[in-house]
Amino acid sequence: MQKLIDRIRELLADGTVARVLGWRTGDLPYNPEPAYFECEEELQDFVYNGFCGANLSKYMIEASRLEGKTLVCLKPCDTYSFNQLLKEHRVDREKAYIIGVGCKGKLDIEKIKKQGIKGIESISGAEIEEAAESLTIQTIYGEKTCAYKDAMLERCHVCKGKEHQIYDELIGDSSDTTDADRFAQVRRIEAMSPQEKFAFFQNELSKCIRCNACRNVCPACSCRKCVFDSTKFDSSQKANADSFEEKMFHIIRAFHVAGRCTDCGECSRVCPQGIPLHLFNRKFIKDINELYGEYQAGEDITADTPLTHFTFGDAEPSIVGERG
Amino acid sequence: MSIEKNEEFRPKIVAFCCNWCSYAGADLAGSSRLTYPADVKIIRVPCSCRVNPMFILRAFEKGADGVIMCGCHPGDCHYSTGNYYARRRMTLLFSMLDFIGVENGRTRVEWVSAAEGVKFSATMNEFVEKIYSLGKNVRLEDLRCRS
Repeated sequence: MQKLIDRIRELLADGTVARVLGWRTGDLPYNPEPAYFECEEELQDFVYNGFCGANLSKYMIEASRLEGKTLVCLKPCDTYSFNQLLKEHRVDREKAYIIGVGCKGKLDIEKIKKQGIKGIESISGAEIEEAAESLTIQTIYGEKTCAYKDAMLERCHVCKGKEHQIYDELIGDSSDTTDADRFAQVRRIEAMSPQEKFAFFQNELSKCIRCNACRNVCPACSCRKCVFDSTKFDSSQKANADSFEEKMFHIIRAFHVAGRCTDCGECSRVCPQGIPLHLFNRKFIKDINELYGEYQAGEDITADTPLTHFTFGDAEPSIVGERG
Repeated sequence: MSIEKNEEFRPKIVAFCCNWCSYAGADLAGSSRLTYPADVKIIRVPCSCRVNPMFILRAFEKGADGVIMCGCHPGDCHYSTGNYYARRRMTLLFSMLDFIGVENGRTRVEWVSAAEGVKFSATMNEFVEKIYSLGKNVRLEDLRCRS
């Protein structure tokens, strides 16, 4: 991290960049937050560790409108989102100075808490320097340990690889942390009966409090005006009134990003209710891959997007019933 | 006819028909005196591509038991390519509805040309039959909209 901070300091000092988009130490040991840094002194709070899961590419939409260049720290998977935004002309490449930061899997505090580790005072082992096998957590009940793998975010178990798709320079090493099948859970749900599927989603979606965090954090959800904010629309900015609204919100949200979602997993990470929202996106990705050919949004900026292109021989919608 | 089968349950079915082919097909079915159940309510759209996924969800919300979308045959779209986009969109939407537990039989896409009055009437009869067997839609319904 020191190397990263030194380089940032250098670029800020020589005027290459006007500001830095990174992470600032939060009020707890495990919640660094995205922040702008505009001068040397502010950089004291700069942090980059295992809890910096936040994808900063969406902030570049606003930063592209600001005067001067913005230095942005992107992890390998964040670069897919940046690329996708670039493809949609939402960000300005000229306004960004991208430092590809190393990533060895990001941590999910909820997973640590689920293991019964509460009252956390400090956590060591989450630093990026060496690939830590386990975390040592100081709690008010004494010292606890937890395997790094067991505390990783869901999305890191299905890592998209260690290669940055776009960058100006790279600092730090990355590693591919894949150890699970990306579509395993989608397949498990597909195999259920309609009653079971319905019960599963009813159970998950009834937890939704419509905080709109999933929409706000999503790098693909970047419209200036959103259908869910319209006052003419009966489910705008309010809690869900019934089970229909819960489902409609999530189907429409996922449909709006279908074919553009890079599967960055931010929606599930920020959900305060722990709803596995990535399942909706993955279902669309799985269908697109199966029906229209393998497609990874944000990988190839010139590729045809699945929902704005077609072939004459596309599958008929009846395939949904036929494949069972 | 299928309607007499069940006195209590009469399905509500929404059919989105494109102006150029399927709506004309429905017209032809009428002028040819072919019958199809009155449970089918046709909504005319300029092109099958006009059908927003929200329309389908809205129809279910307002109490539809089945939604069918009809458009020109692929290759025959009045606007050249509209139905190709609609085809991908609807495939993904129907797959998603199936994924969250809405029976797949409740959604359907059929390509009906202006000359296919017979196909229109046969498709509608078949679809209504299917919805009768599936029964009332309770999975995607807004209770406030129940009459």
